[in-house]
Amino acid sequence: MTLVTIDKKDWLKGLTAAAESYRLFGPVKEKDWHQFEELDKGEMPDLNMVNTRLSPKALLFPQSEDMLEYSLDETRDDHHIMKEVRKDYSPRAVVGIRPCDAKATQLIKLNFDAPDIKDPYWLKAYEATTFIGMACDTPLSTCFCTSTGCGPYHEEGLDVLVMEQNDAYLAKILTDKGQVFADASGWATTSDDAATFEAGKKAAEDRIVSKIETDNLADTDLLELHGAPFWDDVAFACINCGTCTFSCPTCWCFDIQDEVNGKSGVRMKNWDSCMFPIFTVHTTGHNPRDTKTQRVRQRFMHKLKYFVDKYHTGIMCVGCGRCVRQCPVNIDIRRVCELMNSFNPTDACASQG
Amino acid sequence: MENPYLPYPVRIDDITVEAEDKSLKTFKFVFLNKGDEEKYAYRAGQFGELSIPGKGEIPIGIASSPVEKGFVKFTVNRAGVVTTHLHNMKVGDIMGLRGPLGNSYPWDLLKEKNILIVGGGFAFTTLRSSIVYMLDPANRSKFGNIDVVYGARSPGMLLYKDELVQWEKRDDINMHITVDATDDPDWKYNVGFVPPITEQKAPQGGDDTYAIVCGPPIMIKFTQPVLENLGYEHDHIIMSLENRMKCGFGMCGRCGIGKELVCKDGPVFTLDQINKTPREY
Repeated sequence: MTLVTIDKKDWLKGLTAAAESYRLFGPVKEKDWHQFEELDKGEMPDLNMVNTRLSPKALLFPQSEDMLEYSLDETRDDHHIMKEVRKDYSPRAVVGIRPCDAKATQLIKLNFDAPDIKDPYWLKAYEATTFIGMACDTPLSTCFCTSTGCGPYHEEGLDVLVMEQNDAYLAKILTDKGQVFADASGWATTSDDAATFEAGKKAAEDRIVSKIETDNLADTDLLELHGAPFWDDVAFACINCGTCTFSCPTCWCFDIQDEVNGKSGVRMKNWDSCMFPIFTVHTTGHNPRDTKTQRVRQRFMHKLKYFVDKYHTGIMCVGCGRCVRQCPVNIDIRRVCELMNSFNPTDACASQG
Repeated sequence: MENPYLPYPVRIDDITVEAEDKSLKTFKFVFLNKGDEEKYAYRAGQFGELSIPGKGEIPIGIASSPVEKGFVKFTVNRAGVVTTHLHNMKVGDIMGLRGPLGNSYPWDLLKEKNILIVGGGFAFTTLRSSIVYMLDPANRSKFGNIDVVYGARSPGMLLYKDELVQWEKRDDINMHITVDATDDPDWKYNVGFVPPITEQKAPQGGDDTYAIVCGPPIMIKFTQPVLENLGYEHDHIIMSLENRMKCGFGMCGRCGIGKELVCKDGPVFTLDQINKTPREY
C-alpha cells in the first residue's frame, strides 16, 4: 500500500494523462442530480456531490445491454445463428465512486462471478475497470454504511481510495491495478501521512449516525421470518414502482428480451425488478408472487435473509440510502431491518393466540 | 470465457404431434456444429432453453434420454409467444438450444433402489427420459423394481403412446397407465385420476423406494397424501418444480423460492427440501 499526495492543481493534468490509456467514467451533473457517465476528452468528474442518484452499477451492468445478435435473412448462410456482440473491453477507470458503491460491486460479483458459471458481460467489464474511490466526508442523514459492513473510507472493491485534504488529494494505492493507474496519471509524490487518512476515516465514520442492527438475521428461522405478521404493514403504502430496485447498487435481477429491426435482431439483458408482477408470472397466468406484499417481502427477504443465508457474508445492502431517499411512499429499509432483526417467532405466536 | 447466454445452433430434424388436440409436439433437434452434442451431455431431469431468434427463450425439460445419441428431443405445450411460434416452425428450420441446465433426478442416490414414477399430463417428458435411461440394457440392473403410474385426460392425450405400449409388454417395468375418462370400448388400461390409481397400484414406500412425481399442481396436491399413506417419507418423494425463468443458470433472480433458485439449485427437489422453502412456485 502506497500513499501519494496530488496537488489539486495537478488533478486535471493527471486525469488527462490517464485518459490516454483509459476510458474515464465519473459523476456528471445533470439537471439537479448527478449520474455516472463516460467523460468526454478534457471533461472532469464532478466531485461536488454526496452521491449519484442512480448507483454506478450500470457501468458494469447497463440498464439495457445487447448480448447477442443475429440475422433473420434466410438468404444468408448464418441466418438464425446467434453470435456474441463485439464489445469494447479496453481499460477503463471510474473516478469518484463512493466506497459504498464499490463494496456493492463486490456483492454483485457473488452473483455474476459464481464459482461454476460466469456472466462474461459483467465480468469482462469488471476486469477491464479500475475503481478510483472518493472517500465520503459529508454523509447524508439516510446513510448507514457503517453498520452494513461498509463505511465512508471502506476499501473493499477499490483500487485507489482518494481523500480530500485542503488543497490536495491524498490517495491510497490499494492494488496493482491502482498502481498502474497512478503511474499513468503521474501520481508519484509519495506521502507518509497515514495519520491524516486514519483521522479522516475516524471523523467520517463518526458523522454517520444512522445505524441498523443485523445480528439476529442469520439465526432467525427463514420460514418464520417469511411468515412474520408485519409484511402487510410494511407493504401497505408500496406502489410497486421499482425505484428501490433500480436505484439500488446491489440489485442485480434482469430480464432477457429479443428486439428485431427488419431482418436483424439482438438479444438483450434489461434491468428487471422483483416489484413487478410480470417478473414471476407463469404463462398459465399463475403468479407465485401475485400480491404486492409478496413482492415487497421478496425484496427485503432477499437482501436481509436469503442472501445472508446463502453467502454468509452479511446483508445485501451497503447502506447508501438511495432507496430510502427516493421511495415515493417513504418505505425505509432501516425500519424493515429493525422489524426483521427484532422479530421473535415465539412472541408473534403468543400475540396471535 | 464461456458464454452461457449463447445457444448452440440446432436444426429441427423431426416434429411429432403428440396429443389429439395438437397442443403438444415433440421436436427432435440435431446440432449444427460438430462437438456440440458432446458438450450437451445431460442427465435425465435436466432442462434446456429453446432459443428462437427474434422471439425469445423457453425452459423445457429434456425428453430424450442420455442413452439416445445423435439428437435431443423436447415435447412442448403450445402456451405463450415462444411455444406458439415454435409450433409453427417446420423441419429444417434453424434455432438455438442452451443447456443442459439445472440439477437432475438424483441418479447416484437412486442406484439399487426401487423407483415409483408418478406422472400426469404433459409433465411426463423428463420421466420418459428417466424411464428410457433406466431400461437401457447397460443400466437396468442398477435399479430395483420400476413402477410407473401415468395418467392423462384421455387416451389421445397420452404422450409417447408407442413406447407406452412397448413398456406394457416388458416384465422389468410395471406400467399403470390411466386416463381420466374415455368412451373407447377397447381401452384396456385403467380409468381414473392419478392419485387413486397410485393408491391402488403403487408399491409401499420404504428406505429403498423412491417416488418421482411430476404433474399438474392438482395431481401433486392429491398424490402427496396417498404417498404418505403408502409409507413414503418426504425425503423419498422427489419432485421437479417450474417457475418463470430467463437465464436458467442462477443469475437473473426471478425463479427464487427463498434462497434456492429453481433453475440452478433445482428444478429437482425432495419434498423435504421444498417444505423448507416459502414455496413461492
